Amino acid sequence: MDNLLSLITFLPAIAALILALFARGDDAAARRNAKWVALTATSATFLISLGLLAGFDPSNPGFQFVEEAEWIVGLKYRMGVDGISILFVMLTTFLMPITILSCWTVETRVKDYMIAFLMLETLMLGVFCALDLVLFYLFFEAGLIPMFLIIGIWGGKDRIYASFKFFLYTFLGSVLMLVAMMGMYNVAGTTCIGGCETSLLTTDFPHEPLRIAGYSISGGMQTLLWLAFFASFAVKMPMWPVHTWLPDAHVQAPTAGSVVLAAILLKMGGYGFLRFSLPMFPVASDMLAPLVFWMSAIAIVYTSLVALAQSDMKKLIAYSSVAHMGYVTMGIFTVNQQGIDGAIFQMISHGFISGALFLCVGVIYDRMHTREIDAYGGLVNRMPTYALVFLFFTMANVGLPGTSGFVGEFLTLMGIFQVNTWVAVVATSGVILSAAYALWLYRRVALGSLVKEALASITDMDRRERVIFAPLVVMTLFLGIYPAAVTDIIGPSVAALISDYREAVPLTTATAALHE
Amino acid sequence: MLSADLAIVLPEVVLAAFAMAALMFGVYTGKDATTGTLTWATAGVFVALALWIGMGNSGDRTAFGGMFNDDSFSRFAKVTILLSAAAVLLISQDYMARRDLARFEYPVLVALSVVGMMMMVSAGDLMALYMGLELQSLALYVIAALRRDSARSTEAGLKYFVLGALSSGLLLYGASLTYGYAGTTLFSGILSTLQDEVPLGLLFGLVFMLAGLAFKISAAPFHMWTPDVYEGAPTPVTAFFATAPKVAAMALIARVAFDAFGGVPKDWTQVLAALAVVSMFWGALAAIGQRDIKRLMAYSSIAHMGFALVGLAAGTAEGVQAMLIYMAIYVTMNVGTFAFILSMERDGKPVTAISSLNMFSRTDPMKALAMLVLLFSLAGVPPMLGFFGKFYVLRAAVDADMTWLALCGAVASVIGAFYYLRIVFFMYFGSDTDRLDTPMAPVQWLALVAVAAAMVLGIVNLFGIEPSAALAAQALVR
Repeated sequence: MDNLLSLITFLPAIAALILALFARGDDAAARRNAKWVALTATSATFLISLGLLAGFDPSNPGFQFVEEAEWIVGLKYRMGVDGISILFVMLTTFLMPITILSCWTVETRVKDYMIAFLMLETLMLGVFCALDLVLFYLFFEAGLIPMFLIIGIWGGKDRIYASFKFFLYTFLGSVLMLVAMMGMYNVAGTTCIGGCETSLLTTDFPHEPLRIAGYSISGGMQTLLWLAFFASFAVKMPMWPVHTWLPDAHVQAPTAGSVVLAAILLKMGGYGFLRFSLPMFPVASDMLAPLVFWMSAIAIVYTSLVALAQSDMKKLIAYSSVAHMGYVTMGIFTVNQQGIDGAIFQMISHGFISGALFLCVGVIYDRMHTREIDAYGGLVNRMPTYALVFLFFTMANVGLPGTSGFVGEFLTLMGIFQVNTWVAVVATSGVILSAAYALWLYRRVALGSLVKEALASITDMDRRERVIFAPLVVMTLFLGIYPAAVTDIIGPSVAALISDYREAVPLTTATAALHE
Repeated sequence: MLSADLAIVLPEVVLAAFAMAALMFGVYTGKDATTGTLTWATAGVFVALALWIGMGNSGDRTAFGGMFNDDSFSRFAKVTILLSAAAVLLISQDYMARRDLARFEYPVLVALSVVGMMMMVSAGDLMALYMGLELQSLALYVIAALRRDSARSTEAGLKYFVLGALSSGLLLYGASLTYGYAGTTLFSGILSTLQDEVPLGLLFGLVFMLAGLAFKISAAPFHMWTPDVYEGAPTPVTAFFATAPKVAAMALIARVAFDAFGGVPKDWTQVLAALAVVSMFWGALAAIGQRDIKRLMAYSSIAHMGFALVGLAAGTAEGVQAMLIYMAIYVTMNVGTFAFILSMERDGKPVTAISSLNMFSRTDPMKALAMLVLLFSLAGVPPMLGFFGKFYVLRAAVDADMTWLALCGAVASVIGAFYYLRIVFFMYFGSDTDRLDTPMAPVQWLALVAVAAAMVLGIVNLFGIEPSAALAAQALVR
């Protein structure tokens, strides 16, 4: 089928439109219908995307399923996936039905809630499929709107502050990228990302030193463009020190919002680094990689320590996310096969694990309406299944071998070790810290004897909740045991990315010897 | 000769004759009882003229020895002006009738001011420029004070008149300096006397004229009248102020800049760039504290004018095209937004406090959703059409090597996003208080929903205005 990507991308939006136009009333039946429509649409999207995976040729490093149509002058509607982006598409379509299922208990403004999530899915898929710079920006930015509403309408007590902070923070990052995009268009004369005759990937952006107001900027235009893109993606990732919006957004967002935010939206930053920063501005990337390494290392250690001090479960997991994203940025800028493979793997795996952890918090929040760690304790006595699932994902978060969390961390650390040993040392200490905060959280919530009176009648997970967690457990284990499922798909594209990068920035003989 | 000239200005003549006829009709028949008929008739004439001008493809012509231009640029601007004026007349009809504001002079005055605007965008001479501008302004001063027995409305009219007169003075002073140094009032004549070196007097003339015109588009720091007039004038009048006159004045600035001073772009691009930066930031910052949606829209329009000026400041054909697209999108958004503001009422009384929108999304989800789309579009968030307006002007600035200006615009748009989000906040996240009434005149509802739909659907091909805007820009920038 020629328009497979467009179909996958816009199917949820069509469902949202149907809901918006035809769904009437706010009684129990209408609410149930809205949920079923959303679940059907997201499940159908997932099933169709399986066809995408089946038709994908992993040995081809280029873009596949490319669609092209005329758009307003100078721009084109181009969609396509390569080995790097297809897995993010799959991650999104896989997680969305689970997310929808997880908000089955929501009873306020259900129709709007479902519409927001369906629109969000379309926009997220668009980000990963877009092959035109402006189209990419369109999807990238537009995703802010539904997320802003999700946090603002269905969020917790301080939702207003969190939603404004989320929106303005990310908006500021992205408009800088917008200006950079126009600069790129000015140089390249095209907004095609890749796979066209002249594309941004084949353009050499000038890197001769520039003089601005008496200061010489080495790396020239590439540095400026890189910084503008970095502003956007670092906020989105989020990297230390621009991560402060994330804990607020996570804590205030409803459970499903947190899941999407942690599992998919954060990955857009990493995807952006891989799609734009590395291949388009190699000289600047090479020059500024140490900055990224140290920012990542600080993020890993600092946010892990901050996580230790949290009393709110969601906040703790949010900080843990920042730490895990530190491995991703670190891995990406090592620009070697292990590092980038590891970074992508870490993003995929973090999508399952952090999503599951937020769902775990959601399960007990639905029952007790508090996220304070102190309000819990000894849950294992009343909720054995829950305790088991929570333990599994806590271990996966720590990076226990056999779970997917291990593979990503290990590969990125291996990648960074070849490039910068000191950063590797600092980052590795983060592994220990992550074990500390995750296990301590688990002990305080699940272990011990059940003394809190309020918990005496808490019930274990029901069937719907088990259904939600089952696929996540399976995927976490599967990727932990058989990581080649991911690396086989991303391998050729990553290898092509690295070889193009090395053409622009040859390794010095010394480091080349190290790689022998 | 004269008949050939008249053939070129025929649309203006027709509209002026219609205004006279409408006036006579109103005076000698039912007076205010004819308002409804006259409003619909005027809007109909506007639309017919827009179709006539838009469909006709008569190339570039000049009349009266170069004083009047009929080219793609003026045609684009005229169609935008006529359609937006028609839309504003129609959405305000219901408000006027119910608020005891149905004066038959209103559509007549609007028609006359539109004649002035059409003169402005076609001006090829300082005299024609001034004549068109004053015809437009005088009509506007009167309709600002349309609610004769309201102190605020008359205050708005007076304030507008005094400051408008001041700006006309500045403009005239600049025009006389220009005439003194160039020896001609014809734009083409001024263009040919300008060499690389611009006499200081001419430069002064240029700056004074730009300052006078900046008043008309309410670009900061010449914006002081805007919030008060927007707030004090009856809402339909505010809606009119925010749309057609802005397009006309912006097009006039482009005319003066390119037709008369096109040879020395570097002398006016910096002035326009400075105006743009101050407007964008002041419009964004000052709007944050506003509690009244009409005042907020005043600051919003100041900021939007700043963005449109970014396109002009680029000094290229691409920039003019961007400005035209921006203005077309801007007036469309404002028509929708004001259709909503016109319908805001509680217990039958109009309200304009932003906080009265608390939880409007529960009261009327459809209207709230349409307004949400418009607000995000005004803020320039993709995928709404408002983003493409900003996209075009910022791209023009970057291509003209004014990346700093584009950066300023980008940052200002983030600050500006805040106050649009505040309205969303009230509509969607607020607390339940006294609800607004839900009924809305069908025309208003249609305008609101159609504009909101256009903001989303427009991303497919911008409704094809891009090529005509490009043609218009080429006609101006030779």
